[in-house]
Amino acid sequence: MSVLEIKNLVKRFGGLTATDNVTLNIEAGEIHALIGPNGAGKTTLISQIVGEQLPDGGSILFNAEDITHLPVPTRAKKGLARSYQITQLCKEFTALENVMLAVQARRANNFHFFRDAHAEQEIVHAAEYAIAQVGLTPRAHTAVAVLAHGEHRQLELAVALALKPKMLLLDEPLAGMSQGESEEMVALLQNLRGQYPMLLVEHDMDAVFALADRISVLVYGRVIATDTPQAIRDNADVKAAYLGH
Amino acid sequence: MMMNGLLSQWRSPRGIVCILGLLALAALPFVSAALDSPYYAKLATRIMIYALAAVSLNIILGYGGMVSLGHSMFILIGAYAVTIPTFHGITNGWIQLAIAVICAAGIAALTGAICLRTNGMAFIMITLAFAQMMFFLAVSMKNYGGDDGLTLPERSHFGLFTLTSNGALYGFTFAALLLALFFVYRLVNSPFGMVLRGIKQNERRVRALGHSPFRYQLSAYILSACIASIAGFLLANLTNFASPAYGAWTLSGELIVIIILGGTATVFGPVVGAALFLLLEEALPHLVEAIAPDYKSNWMMILGILIVVMTLILKRGMYGSLSGAAPERAK
Repeated sequence: MSVLEIKNLVKRFGGLTATDNVTLNIEAGEIHALIGPNGAGKTTLISQIVGEQLPDGGSILFNAEDITHLPVPTRAKKGLARSYQITQLCKEFTALENVMLAVQARRANNFHFFRDAHAEQEIVHAAEYAIAQVGLTPRAHTAVAVLAHGEHRQLELAVALALKPKMLLLDEPLAGMSQGESEEMVALLQNLRGQYPMLLVEHDMDAVFALADRISVLVYGRVIATDTPQAIRDNADVKAAYLGH
Repeated sequence: MMMNGLLSQWRSPRGIVCILGLLALAALPFVSAALDSPYYAKLATRIMIYALAAVSLNIILGYGGMVSLGHSMFILIGAYAVTIPTFHGITNGWIQLAIAVICAAGIAALTGAICLRTNGMAFIMITLAFAQMMFFLAVSMKNYGGDDGLTLPERSHFGLFTLTSNGALYGFTFAALLLALFFVYRLVNSPFGMVLRGIKQNERRVRALGHSPFRYQLSAYILSACIASIAGFLLANLTNFASPAYGAWTLSGELIVIIILGGTATVFGPVVGAALFLLLEEALPHLVEAIAPDYKSNWMMILGILIVVMTLILKRGMYGSLSGAAPERAK
């Protein structure tokens, strides 16, 4: 069964068609990689899935429910979690506090004015668990502003995991990471395989071919191929458009 | 564990300033009585009222990132909630306070719901527009003095006690300020406060987590308005008077200056800022007269220069630049 069904999605910016009649299914449990040259519209597609941008045509179904026109927070509550290519975190908060904010988002009611959020075991423990999952425990109480770039990427993932989502949308989780950090992140994502369906946008082809169950290739807003990694590797169109370069 | 955390927070420059400041305020009426000079107690009451108003504005400005130039509107509402009922013979402070808070909450809910459709510069302008509307509404109420305002023949009474004496008003104001400080301290570290502060830092991220910013921002706006209306209630009692000038936008501007001077997004910063601002405003004319009598009327220019210099040197404010977490949590 498909977790996410994108049907004939179109997004235009003036004369530029950033998403050109995209149809894409993400199956339960799969890691689906989205690759393509810069400017192919990968981030634009993710933004439409989470609702930060609205499509000009087509529809998006999440667990068989039409979410095409729902606002961002509503979609997030339904279980769509994304990480950002350019880190989006609360800089004055510590790493742990950023994750706490995500844990809080799962709760029905945050209108408690008088309790100390840091004393709520339920919030803190869940946040600590997500921090530990990505290996950031030693840095939990460090302000985001002074964390290193690689740590920001890890924290982005911890925040997404803390939401206990039904699907992960990862926008270049390895961008700017060192070799060692990349390997750790790939191992971590391998561990999460099967727990969450993932749509993974990534330029690191080693990582993509190591992780993906299926790969879609996006060129100029158009999906030119969706197939298994091996078939994509052998695909002549893909070679011409992207991998050959 | 929490008490230990709280205690250790006090052992820092911020914590020490906080304790000394509050102790000084607690001791002041006795000093003022010993000197037989009500001047100091009245000035300190005024400082605490401004501090209360600035503390309330800081909830939305400092912690919520919403710069409002319309905050004086709620001070006006609080002040008129004393003078108008008294004009009709209702001098009970509980009733007046209830009127102040209910009216402020209602008007904040209405105007906030509209203002929060915008942000940044547009938000500033719309809050200013609403404050101006309230100002001219007050001017137009001819039977309540119109432009001239209404004097308050009798201060509020609360059944067991009245605010008639300056000492009682001082104590009441001090208690209100303490309560507000404690409330804000709890608020900003609560689950609600965490989301509010998150929205200020990165609204896009907070929305992507599944929080709808509007509900949090509007609630903070209403809370802030309610506390400001209590400051207005106290101001009318202190001056025995209320006029449309209490809702002038310049007062909103002064509150912003006070917050920046003290330290935005700190619990106690606005109190330091209010003390600094009002003390300078009192002392400068005398100082200038003593040093250069010819320039006596130019003291405000010097105040302006001082504010610019202080803000440039201490970018995070007098209190905000101090190290230490108290009473805020470590950054």
